[in-house]
Amino acid sequence: MVDGNLVEMGKLIGAGLACTGMGGAAIGVGHVVGNFLSGALRNPSAASGQTATMFIGIAFAEALGIFSFLVALLLMYAM
Amino acid sequence: MEKQSAFNIHPMDQFIIDPILTGENLEWYSFTNQALWMLISLVSISFVFIYGSRKHQLVPGRLQSIAELLYFFIRDMIIDIVGQEGLRYFPYIFTLFILILFGNVLGLLPYSFTYTSHIAVTGFLALSVFIAVTIIGFVKNGFGFLSLFWISSAPLALRPILLIIEVISYFVRPVSHSIRLAGNMMAGHAVIKVFAGFAGALGIGAIAPIFAITAVYGLEMLVVVIQAYVFTILTCVYLNDALHPGH
Repeated sequence: MVDGNLVEMGKLIGAGLACTGMGGAAIGVGHVVGNFLSGALRNPSAASGQTATMFIGIAFAEALGIFSFLVALLLMYAM
Repeated sequence: MEKQSAFNIHPMDQFIIDPILTGENLEWYSFTNQALWMLISLVSISFVFIYGSRKHQLVPGRLQSIAELLYFFIRDMIIDIVGQEGLRYFPYIFTLFILILFGNVLGLLPYSFTYTSHIAVTGFLALSVFIAVTIIGFVKNGFGFLSLFWISSAPLALRPILLIIEVISYFVRPVSHSIRLAGNMMAGHAVIKVFAGFAGALGIGAIAPIFAITAVYGLEMLVVVIQAYVFTILTCVYLNDALHPGH
């Protein structure tokens, strides 16, 4: 016996599925920072000049995860 | 959406815009909680920078050194990424950084309102950056600005495909620029509120969620500053594209 309607259920399942996209962003951010660290530990004197580049890379990788979060929010509240 | 559950958590209620002085209805002239917190951030910015730069001591006091640190942080960022000619746009970039930084940090106070969590605000900021950068690019380089999309270092066969990708990514910029900031602010504050809801539901066992809130709050302190930094640094990157489109 299912309580509530099917559309509501579909929205919530869709929102949950959309949030899996955030895992991809997590992998991306980890990859950026990990590679930055492995490079920085080999040549620490060059590391401080590249911190800004690392943050730009993080921002680009993170944006796509935020998009999936946004899709989840739109499904739950706006549609 | 009306739903009742065992835990009575409404994590998104903190983002509702309320008119606080001018009656119940939301009109175009309403003084909302958003306007109130923008005013508070304006007052605190003015306090830090006017009071901080009043005395001009050689060895700066506390407030003066905060103002100087922020000033030189942005100045060095512009020189690193854009170069000396980017300093002409310093006032605009510094204003963006300070507005976003104070909005984010003031939003962490309990019972406050984070105006940067609304896409209406960040979308306006990002769109103004987008329009400004496009105009600067065409004014400084003429039609040479379009070489930003035609990558001459790539093989000739690939260039039309890259052209399409570059044009799309150029027009997605304001979207990702604004949603990154608003989404981060919204998600972080909603997470704190969700844990606070757990604490309210658990009663005496609330000690675990309170520790979790403390940890998330510490993380949020980091995130709000980094997001203000990221917004500013991306503005610098876009400005650099406009001033030197050849590479």
